[in-house]
Amino acid sequence: MASYVPQAAVIETSDLRKTFKSRKSTVEAVRGVDLTVRGGEIFGFLGPNGAGKTTTLRMLATLIEPTAGQATVAGADLSRQPALVRERIGYVPQGGSTDPAETGRGELVLQGRLYGMSGAEARARAAEVLATLDLEAAADRATGTYSGGMRRRLDVGLGIVHRPQVLFLDEPTTGLDPQARARMWEEIQALRERGTTVFLTTHYLEEADALCDRLAIIDQGTIVAEGTSDQLKQKVAGDVVTIGVNGSGASVLSLVQAMSFVREASHDTEAGVVRLYVDRGETAVPHLLRSLDAAGFEPTSIALNKPSLDDVFLRQTGRSLREEAAA
Amino acid sequence: MTANALPTATASSSSTKPLAIERTTRMRTLRDTWLIFRRSLVLTIRQPTWIVIGIMYPVIYLVLFGPLLDVSIKQSGAGVSAYNWFVPGLLIQVALFGTAFGGFGLIAELRYGVVERMRVTPMSRTAMLLGRSLRDVVILLFQAVIMISLAIPFGLHIDVAGVLVTFGLLALIGLVVAPLSYAAALILKSEDAFAPLVQSLVMPLLLLSGILLPMALAPDWLRFLSSLNPLTHATDAARALFNSDWGNPEIAVGVAITTVLAVIAVWIASRTFSRANA
Repeated sequence: MASYVPQAAVIETSDLRKTFKSRKSTVEAVRGVDLTVRGGEIFGFLGPNGAGKTTTLRMLATLIEPTAGQATVAGADLSRQPALVRERIGYVPQGGSTDPAETGRGELVLQGRLYGMSGAEARARAAEVLATLDLEAAADRATGTYSGGMRRRLDVGLGIVHRPQVLFLDEPTTGLDPQARARMWEEIQALRERGTTVFLTTHYLEEADALCDRLAIIDQGTIVAEGTSDQLKQKVAGDVVTIGVNGSGASVLSLVQAMSFVREASHDTEAGVVRLYVDRGETAVPHLLRSLDAAGFEPTSIALNKPSLDDVFLRQTGRSLREEAAA
Repeated sequence: MTANALPTATASSSSTKPLAIERTTRMRTLRDTWLIFRRSLVLTIRQPTWIVIGIMYPVIYLVLFGPLLDVSIKQSGAGVSAYNWFVPGLLIQVALFGTAFGGFGLIAELRYGVVERMRVTPMSRTAMLLGRSLRDVVILLFQAVIMISLAIPFGLHIDVAGVLVTFGLLALIGLVVAPLSYAAALILKSEDAFAPLVQSLVMPLLLLSGILLPMALAPDWLRFLSSLNPLTHATDAARALFNSDWGNPEIAVGVAITTVLAVIAVWIASRTFSRANA
């Protein structure tokens, strides 16, 4: 991330919206998304399931038409030049993209040809992609025999056959074991090093934190925060102290809210904790303990954490992404 | 044509050469149709279950029903071979069965994500439809050859010219049914909705076309319904062709009706493929 230098915008959206209408209901899946993705960065779209990540991605990849709003993708206007957008982007859908009866090589060659390459060009490029993604040994086997990680790498390969300027990856590591996930992160970073702009969605905090140069947090169809991981965490203001309150949450909350060094505090009844944000956790904790003791409260636990992206999400939406993911 | 040479080559697609673009678009459609045709044919041959299923019922009819029909037609003293009357109808049945269920394959491809992956490429949307439909036509003609070969030992007489024209007719039926099947699959997206729809259309169409017994035996109202069924005319045309009855006007009628329907079906389905953005 140290070598990251901001470049010109490759994706720009303004007030992008998508409303799905059926006879019975209207769902506003995306409610006015403004974002900028710069050339050569890995941009992450973080949010719980149903937040509008995939819908936004599918709009930017020309698969569905926006209900309203504008977007420029790889120098082409999304609504007026969709064919041009298609030539310049790659898109890797969430649930896979290969026929289990076809071989990895067969899929790659066909994909190259559909992007306009000659047979010889497509075969050469397929071999190159297979080598890059370490799939040579399995190249002539049916994809139905591949492991989850191999199939996902092939999906990525299909997205980059034509050397797109921008690659969209929808939940690239969902369902992969930790090893395959680490492998996928390496591939994505290698793509960035070769100059491809990567726009990915994820609901994994660690992934957004470790992999993405910049990210946007989306919830209920709206972007609630955007920036580098560090910038977002700084917005949370300081460290997070979590006190297990064992039923006396309301009184503990009013006690800590009165303290001058507490920036913000909230009572999470579901988790049975009071969460507070302080500038310097290590000096605040002893002070907190003394005050709680003096007031006659016995906390069941106390934890001090540097803010995570989950705290950012929690602060913006009042819900925890971890709990959403577990639910 | 080359999509990987980006800004310069693609600039032409928005410039002022509509004729050249139209030609390029048509070339692209042909080329992509060939690519999809080849891919889907190879994958079908790799898993030939559907080819067998498509021909199973007609073969059962040929073996278990044909001899019965043969006896009753001989008793009626019509003076024709039952098989020259019966086999053309079975071929129409093969054409209908072999292509009406094509949508199942597309639903599977939708589920694998293959269709979506192709839809983000600049490929021709019409080619996605035509490539698969032409694959179905080739499979169907292959099935027809098997049917005819199996029927010869039972007593089918062959007129080569008649058989060839019948193949053309069968291909046209394939180009009516396959595109409609694919369009329905693209809209419905699930086997649970697609299967009952196809079943409820295919059976009445088949029974009303007079494939099993002559419609001449039917009461007036049934014969009227049958005359509205395009397959009836295709069946009559195929029978005339198999009996070298070249002067029979039903040949022209059957071919004309089927051609018009094929054009309409391809047009409707092709629009569905270009639009479908769900």
